[in-house]
Amino acid sequence: MSDLVSQDLNMIFKSPKGETVHALKDVTFKLKKGELLTVLGPSGCGKTTLLNITAGFLKPTSGIITLGGNEINGPGVERGMVFQQGALFEWLTVAQNVNFGLRMKKVDPATTEKKVDEWLDIVGLKGFGNTPTYQLSGGMQQRVALARCLINDPELILMDEPLGALDALTREKMQSLVLKIWKETGKTIILITHSVEEALLLGERVYVMAPRPGRIHKEYNLPFALRGLNQDLREIKNDKEFVSKREEILSMIWDMEEEIMGKETG
Amino acid sequence: MIISSLTFLIIFAVIGAILYGQRLIKTEKSDAVFGNPERSKGGIHWVIVGSSFLLFLWLYYSWDIAKAFYPKSANEICQVAKVRESMLSLKYLFPIDERQHKSTAIIHRENENIQNYITEISSNPNLSEVDKDAYINILEKIKLSIPYLTDEKYLEFETKKIIDKLTNRINNLTNVFPTNNFPPALTLDEEKILNEGLSKQLGWGATGMEIPPLPETKLGLKYHKAAEELTLISDEFFQIRNHNPQYKLLTNDIKSDIKNHRDKLNDNQELEITLLKEINKLNKRIQFASIFPPTTLVQFEQAVRNFDNIQKIEQGSIATKDALLFPGGTIVSSGPTCAEDGPGRWLPKPSDTFRIFADMLKPSVGFKFVPLLWYEMMGVNKIVGFILPDWIADIIPGKYPIHSSDGQVKPNFKSKILDIVTGNFEAFKIPVPIGHIWDSFLRVFLGLVFGIILGVPLGIFMGLNRFAKGFFDPLVELYRPVPPLAWAPLVITVFGIDNVGKIFLLFMVSLSIMIISARAGASGTQLSKIHAAHSLGASRWQILREVIFPNSLPEILTGIRVAVGMCWGTLVAAEFLAGTTGIGFVENVARKYMQYEVIWITIFVMGMLGLLFDITIRKIIDKTIPWRGKG
Repeated sequence: MSDLVSQDLNMIFKSPKGETVHALKDVTFKLKKGELLTVLGPSGCGKTTLLNITAGFLKPTSGIITLGGNEINGPGVERGMVFQQGALFEWLTVAQNVNFGLRMKKVDPATTEKKVDEWLDIVGLKGFGNTPTYQLSGGMQQRVALARCLINDPELILMDEPLGALDALTREKMQSLVLKIWKETGKTIILITHSVEEALLLGERVYVMAPRPGRIHKEYNLPFALRGLNQDLREIKNDKEFVSKREEILSMIWDMEEEIMGKETG
Repeated sequence: MIISSLTFLIIFAVIGAILYGQRLIKTEKSDAVFGNPERSKGGIHWVIVGSSFLLFLWLYYSWDIAKAFYPKSANEICQVAKVRESMLSLKYLFPIDERQHKSTAIIHRENENIQNYITEISSNPNLSEVDKDAYINILEKIKLSIPYLTDEKYLEFETKKIIDKLTNRINNLTNVFPTNNFPPALTLDEEKILNEGLSKQLGWGATGMEIPPLPETKLGLKYHKAAEELTLISDEFFQIRNHNPQYKLLTNDIKSDIKNHRDKLNDNQELEITLLKEINKLNKRIQFASIFPPTTLVQFEQAVRNFDNIQKIEQGSIATKDALLFPGGTIVSSGPTCAEDGPGRWLPKPSDTFRIFADMLKPSVGFKFVPLLWYEMMGVNKIVGFILPDWIADIIPGKYPIHSSDGQVKPNFKSKILDIVTGNFEAFKIPVPIGHIWDSFLRVFLGLVFGIILGVPLGIFMGLNRFAKGFFDPLVELYRPVPPLAWAPLVITVFGIDNVGKIFLLFMVSLSIMIISARAGASGTQLSKIHAAHSLGASRWQILREVIFPNSLPEILTGIRVAVGMCWGTLVAAEFLAGTTGIGFVENVARKYMQYEVIWITIFVMGMLGLLFDITIRKIIDKTIPWRGKG
């Protein structure tokens, strides 16, 4: 029963000049346990704001958001977060980074060591435990960030464009990893992305958000994520249905962008 | 011996390194393109050239090369300088190094002066007409007295005879100077005195007397003797007064005129008194100026010129050494002593400097009875007594013991604690470092440590909290822009000239730097890292300790590096101001006594210590924050 439920979320920012920005307007959704939601949209549509509210880094202006019936009122261990640049602690080694959450909880080091090794194995970083994180490549850093988040066993994993800064090849590998982890752990995941392809590939459900005010524009329920669990991702990308959905969403976003441009020039 | 070998070594090193560098250029292929930064890598051989060049400059300009290869050259140049000094006033009479004859110049100047006085007096409204006429009359008389000095027909026979005699003496000297007959053999007495002086004479260098003045070589003796003779001639010449009876009559008349007028004046007639004094001075200047008729001294002048030329030619190797090995100056004579005049004066010779440094390093010598760096055995009790404050004993409940009726004092617990905190107990001894260098080091170290202990937490607090930033910002920004030395007089007054004052000053310096760097470090923490830590379940304190602090470390360590430099600079200046130990104190005292060697030693020691501090911190930075710039 640990569903994520949001009711009429509103977020209004005030700029220093006194202008108000309606970042989120009446956002209402429900995410069941074990679902993988990807959120898509042009820049400025409130994706990250939504994620930050869910993580508890921001308090909504109005509305309520609950996880498993408990109102979200600040950051918590049950909601793990993976950031775009990894946000690793570069003064710690890979193993120490992964261990961070457990160490904060003062778990016995003997058991944490075993767990860290397990998780490094899962994300494919076996043997990198003592490497300083600044020597890792971008993809490896994201694997560390993933392991660091997962070792805490959160109910909900929030990913803020985690694969945005990676090259195409690494990105594909990481997408498989995300799917693999989703399957094996059965966690609820919200993933924010810029890439339509990625959103379609990974999202069991996809929200396309629209800007000014930020809102959920359209919702899709898609089969590709489930197929991706046992099928090659490249095959799915060439699937006719996949291509037509991609084109549909792309043109939708294009229209939104053009609308914004029109608003700004007009 | 060492310096001369060193000179050759330097020359070989430079030639060798240049040849090696030339050979290397031919093998350069991978970095052949101009602008490739690889081209600046390596090049140890050029380091050798650079340092050799520097050392060579030092050796050359401090005249240490001259001293190494020709230890007696300074003594010889000193003898030449004596001749130059003895001829100075004679040459000054004639247009040898000057434009005019001295007589011409004086007559020209004094005629102008007389004219100026006449104009001034006649136009002065505060003088009575009678006085004006009288004073102008005196001035006219003075003007008339000059021709008596400059006309050949008034020149007395006696004067002419003395001038001829002196001319002959110089000519004799000129003739005999280049030959082996000069100087004439010394009498037994003269030789005995000279040898006695020479046996006591110290070498050239920092020995209390810069240049040994007594002639040590045969050539030197020649110049020494010539200088003696010329000094006699010069003295005799300047005793000649060209006062013929006519001139004497007139000057006496002028003098009595002045005296008569002076006697008539009241003491409150200041203007008149001053004017008469000036007129009297003018008359005296003409009287004692050695003014001669224009043709009288022609032969004398030629004699002086001839000797000057001969002595210049005869210098031979001395002149060469002077020109080549004494750059930027030479040796000058003044009375019985000779001194270095030029860079040799303030640029001490490496040989002297190293000798004095080696001497100062001995703990028994040191500087002002304090060694530079040494150790002494100190009881642990003294250290404990120094560290623990006395009030620890005072706050213990109970009273200190009172003497009993049989005149005994029985210690109780409280008094025993007092013994401990005041160091009044027996303990083993451990070596403790002492000395000027250690004192300076300790002051910087403690000032820095206190600054870090207080500045880093405060800076981080200010970087994270609006109240802390607002509250402490005015305080920090008010004292930080003031140059630290501007605080010194105040701090020294409050905390004393000894360690406490200086440590406090350095604490002030390092505090502001540490606050600013820790603050920048804390407020520069990436928000995503803090978010990550939050969602990983870290508490506020844990985030502070595990994320914000390590994340600020690069800034903090850079701040420490800056603070060390600032502290070091401030300390030396503060030690200049006041104190009794420390490397800056040493330099200040050395400055007062013009001990240039010591000044250079302190400069060297400061440079080395500063370098040591910086290298240590750089090592710490490399060890503790290897991720810097790679995150």
